[in-house]
Amino acid sequence: MTRQADAAAETVVDITGEKGGDLRLSLKGPVCLDNFSQVQESLQSLWSRLQPRSLTLDLGQVGYLDSAGALILVEFQAQARERRVPLEVKGLSPRLRDVLEIIHPEGLAQPSLRPAPQPPDFVSLMGQGFLSFVQDFIELHIFLGELLFALGRACRHPGEVRWSEVLLTMKRMGLDGLPILSLMSVLLGMVIAFMSALQLQQFGATLYVASLVSISMVKELGPILTAILVAGRSGSAFAAEIGTMQVNEEVDALLVMGFDPLGFLAVPKVLASVLVVPILTVYASFFGILGGLMVGVALLDLTLYTYVNESYLVLTVFDIVTTLLKVAVFGVTIAAIGCQRGFKVRGGVEAVGIQTTSAVVASLFMIIVIDSVFAVVLHYAR
Amino acid sequence: MGQAGEPIIVVENLTARFGPNVVFEKVSFEVYRGEVLVVLGGSGCGKSTLLKHMIGLYRPAAGRVLIDGIDVNTRNRRKLEELRRKIGVAFQSGALFGSMTLGENVALPLEGHTRLSASDIQRVVKMKLAMVELAGYENHLPSELSGGMQKRAGVARAMALDPEVLFFDEPSAGLDPVTGAGLDNLIQNLNAGMGTTMVVVTHELASIFAIAHRAVMLDKSARGIIAVGSPRDLQGRRDDPRVFNFFNRQWARPGAGGS
Repeated sequence: MTRQADAAAETVVDITGEKGGDLRLSLKGPVCLDNFSQVQESLQSLWSRLQPRSLTLDLGQVGYLDSAGALILVEFQAQARERRVPLEVKGLSPRLRDVLEIIHPEGLAQPSLRPAPQPPDFVSLMGQGFLSFVQDFIELHIFLGELLFALGRACRHPGEVRWSEVLLTMKRMGLDGLPILSLMSVLLGMVIAFMSALQLQQFGATLYVASLVSISMVKELGPILTAILVAGRSGSAFAAEIGTMQVNEEVDALLVMGFDPLGFLAVPKVLASVLVVPILTVYASFFGILGGLMVGVALLDLTLYTYVNESYLVLTVFDIVTTLLKVAVFGVTIAAIGCQRGFKVRGGVEAVGIQTTSAVVASLFMIIVIDSVFAVVLHYAR
Repeated sequence: MGQAGEPIIVVENLTARFGPNVVFEKVSFEVYRGEVLVVLGGSGCGKSTLLKHMIGLYRPAAGRVLIDGIDVNTRNRRKLEELRRKIGVAFQSGALFGSMTLGENVALPLEGHTRLSASDIQRVVKMKLAMVELAGYENHLPSELSGGMQKRAGVARAMALDPEVLFFDEPSAGLDPVTGAGLDNLIQNLNAGMGTTMVVVTHELASIFAIAHRAVMLDKSARGIIAVGSPRDLQGRRDDPRVFNFFNRQWARPGAGGS
């Protein structure tokens, strides 16, 4: 009997007999998930309402019975046993018996092996947060140590580095990211030029727009913009890639084949990042100055020559060299954090998402911290 | 039950193509209401691809699949919803949601498609988990379980709504023989009792002989069906070495042509 054939029929629970006496129950029609609550209700109410001395359950006219319906019947039998009411089942066809056999009564009685997970309270959340921060800090430093070791080995044996992988990563990080980086820098340069011109015009000092854009793009905004973009595009990609490899046991496979996962996966990414991020920063600064130039020449009546000259004169070699050094550190940081978070993935796909997010957030945090440190140190170093 | 029934699934001239790579061409067969049909064949012959076409996950390059008269690729939302309630799919590795406990995984279709109270849902969930011998595990996360347990939990979730048609992708692969036999027994009971139609993709011989009413055999080089029939018939068939070797577990040296 299929659900289809029985869908239209109605379920009836027929009860004959008196309260407190021998009751005869007969079920007619389908007993399944669709009328689970109805059948259950009429069987449950029977205990208190009629208080039977003995029961006869006639299943001869039951139509479609699914596992949910079988659950009701099995539980009903268990209740009868509990209440010491003799229960006789009649009309049990082989078809019904097959369905009833699916239910494991002992499994129904089995309590959960563990309690349902409770959301943690405020204090334990704070504690966990602090502990995981400390744990994170320690793990990151262990990873940095291992990474330095792997990089050192790569320096001694350059032949062992997967240079094709380095080039591929450089293309993905650099060339593929260039269009969006250029657009953002041009717009940023234009906005800075425009906003500062509004103020400087009041003093007739629009000429200084050029130097302002130039200094801010080269020393701060270019590097920060590049680092944020790389963290979002590539840092997250590193974490997700290595994390998924971790889930698929690919990292374990590397290990047992005698490769160092760090040397194989992290070193090419870090090398690519160190090489690409400075180049991208140069582009970002250049396009930022270009954006400022467009505003300066088109709206502020500066000549091309004056603008370029002003931009050029205000920069020193010291500024440019320290900026390149800073962004190289950014590059290492982003790649290292991305890889570390990837290796940290344990368990399933959910962890990949968590660690990818964490890679981006941690990278952004470290970028700002490193940038501040550079600003202070350079101020006194000069 | 079996052959005498009307067809519930009709596969018509189904062609699966990924770019230039044709997996199979013009495959046609029917699945009758209440039967256990096994789709079998060697690795890479497109068993799983066929299954994914049958449940509407892949769009066919040509041909169509009807389940109870509804095209699995229909654009009619209501028809599609009706269809989805009729079928349950147990995926190869369970496909459990990693962020939910086993209980929540099994409860999900019940919460979405029935109006049962929360306590009733909990009882049905307990029963379903007990059916696949996972009683007591409702508060465990999938990642804390072994592969075989995850697979069984996936079966429990597929059965949550007692669908008319159940699809299994490699149900017993990766299970120990005892658990695998238990799953076979479960499939037989569900089929015999509720008349649930089953489409099972597998290449486990023991399981095929235990559960299948009929088998459809695919072959990679033929790009389609090479044999249809009951497993016993196919085992005795000597005219096609590919079928004979499969059912008698004989290794054919590539190019030697079997026997």
